Amino acid sequence: MFSGFDFNVIERSWRYLFFDGMEFTLRLTLFAMAGGVVFGTLLAMMRLSSIKPLAWIAGTYVNVLRSVPLVLVIFWFYFLVPYMGAWVVRSDTPIHVGAFASCLLTFTMFEACYYCEIMRAGIQSISRGQVSAGYAIGLNYWQTMGQIVLPQAFRNMVPILLTQTIVLFQDVSLVYVLSITDFVGAASKVAQRDGRLVEMYTFVALIYFISCFALSLLVRKLQARIAVVR
Amino acid sequence: MHYHWNWRIYWQQSPDGSGTYLHTLFVGLGWTLALALLAWAIALLLGIVVGVIRTTPLRWLERIGNAYVELFRNIPLLVQMFLWYFVMPELVPTALGDWIKQMPPPWGAFVPAVLCLGTFTSARVAEQVRAGINSLSRGQGMAGTALGLTLPQTYRYVLLPMALRIIVPPLGSEFLNIIKNSAVALTINVVELTASARAMQEYSFQVFEAFTAATVIYLLVNLVVVLLMRLIERKIAVPGLIGPSGGPAPAGH
Amino acid sequence: MIEIKDISKWYGTFQVLTQCSTRVSKGEVVVVCGPSGSGKSTLIKCVNGLEPFQKGEIRVDGISVGDPKTNLPKLRARIGMVFQNFELFPHMTVSQNLTLAQVKVLGRSQEAALAKGMALLDRVGLKAQADKHPGNLSGGQQQRVAIARALCMDPIAMLFDEPTSALDPEMINEVLDVMVQLAQEGMTMMCVTHEMGFARRVAHRVIFMDHGSIVEDATKDDFFGKPRSERAQQFLSKILHH
Repeated sequence: MFSGFDFNVIERSWRYLFFDGMEFTLRLTLFAMAGGVVFGTLLAMMRLSSIKPLAWIAGTYVNVLRSVPLVLVIFWFYFLVPYMGAWVVRSDTPIHVGAFASCLLTFTMFEACYYCEIMRAGIQSISRGQVSAGYAIGLNYWQTMGQIVLPQAFRNMVPILLTQTIVLFQDVSLVYVLSITDFVGAASKVAQRDGRLVEMYTFVALIYFISCFALSLLVRKLQARIAVVR
Repeated sequence: MHYHWNWRIYWQQSPDGSGTYLHTLFVGLGWTLALALLAWAIALLLGIVVGVIRTTPLRWLERIGNAYVELFRNIPLLVQMFLWYFVMPELVPTALGDWIKQMPPPWGAFVPAVLCLGTFTSARVAEQVRAGINSLSRGQGMAGTALGLTLPQTYRYVLLPMALRIIVPPLGSEFLNIIKNSAVALTINVVELTASARAMQEYSFQVFEAFTAATVIYLLVNLVVVLLMRLIERKIAVPGLIGPSGGPAPAGH
Repeated sequence: MIEIKDISKWYGTFQVLTQCSTRVSKGEVVVVCGPSGSGKSTLIKCVNGLEPFQKGEIRVDGISVGDPKTNLPKLRARIGMVFQNFELFPHMTVSQNLTLAQVKVLGRSQEAALAKGMALLDRVGLKAQADKHPGNLSGGQQQRVAIARALCMDPIAMLFDEPTSALDPEMINEVLDVMVQLAQEGMTMMCVTHEMGFARRVAHRVIFMDHGSIVEDATKDDFFGKPRSERAQQFLSKILHH
């Protein structure tokens, strides 16, 4: 079936694929996960807040971003970030922000909405009694959240947060629409240059499948362990 | 900041000669909906079949079903899009491959995009169908078989009607997902809504007007779907049963 | 009518049934009792092949249940079964529950099936509820509908798997009354139940199971007179004096 195909192209380009492409993908995934979880947790706390305007703002933000395609969000931020940068440094003209920084902001802001919903479910799964107990021993809101509620919520939700991170790892491939050299972008450039689309895309699919499948098996193991401890 | 807003841009003629920019956007919406609806039909059909075989007592069938779901879950949608568009025509018999490659635009990209979105979503539907069937008590299936129904009849009349009712809300969100995911088809040159907005931005340089319009249209479509789903949920509610309470949202979008 | 010969069954390495043998003749009412986990529900589910078994033979009306060549759906259609949790189909109305298998399995016309269903519904005193959904009925009503659903198939025998255990006490009698009437009309019945009052009134024989084995298989009078095994005595004293 693969006669006439040339898989040597992978041997010739693997350094570029992994050290340039995959490096970008992984770096973006990890940083966006960290940023997304932090911002998402904040959003979750806002959504659950008794201060109505805060809850409304966070709710609207999350619902709007969850209603539009990631590709569109990527375009939005790609054009918006230079203006946001200009506003921050009080410049008159849009400033140039690097591809990585721009993508990082995009994915942090976008994935935060999904992490938010996970953390919200996690926080809600902690009984009201825990909060009352926190207040009863004299902790304030932030202490109760930080010392009692969030650690438990986070722990319960670790498997789902990790599963979402696997989704994020796959989502990062969409920076392709900005012609950025992530793993898919790198493969695509080699593919176009050498006219080896079939070989390269099959290889890319294989690498993604192996890594995501392995990760999801790990998550499942972790989930089983957490379930036992509980 | 120097950005020149021009909200009247929507009523100006697009240089591609087809009409106003607004018209361009609505044509894009049309393709988005066509893509989503056709792919949804495939996703439901395949998803129910795969979901069902993952609950049958036959182990090898269950394994095939599991492998199917894992395959579509663990490869990014973008890469799957490329596989259907670039790779699939090279792997099928030459005559068929040539026929696919010679399909006139936009069909040459639209058909792979539908197949891609349909199969991708079918794996997610299959997961829901399996969960729905497994949430029914084992006694339901037994009651069907005890009455003399065959296994297919038990699924057809007893298990599936109930399971599908239970999973209507998650299926609703999967349908919203398929609309959003259809934007990935722009990478293989299907000019759906997001691509139309991008084209408008490139022609008119009115970046934010173009993306605002697309965002608003996506939000409105979302709203319509949510309202429709509510209607459907009310229509098919089983008297005497309280709606199933949803657990924590699964990861994904 | 029902012959059970040396049935053994394992879940993995765990043995749930050990060489169980008994028989239920035509028109006979047999009550199966025993502590929970004794395998009585499993045994009764083996009779119509809902649970597979690894050793032994069960024949219903001369047809072997374990034989892979047996058309199980056809055989099951002739044996009525009533479950602990009713297992009515919640998305169908009561009358749809009653007609489904008549039409799909026996090939009766919709009208004939409905007429039959309504007649039996009337018999269990629920004719007025025909168009309701199971979720809108009380547990006792649901179980009576479930009995009617089984009777619609003109069964040659009825299996009851703890038909009253999921019911509130005040609803138990309305279900037992239907069962007693059925027994008095000569229906062949095998009932897993703890209702010893029911057993005293209509049972011909009582089987006592413990740890997956049949410990006692006696006529009603012998069983209630003086059970031979110590386990059965203990069980009876517990169940009768509370």
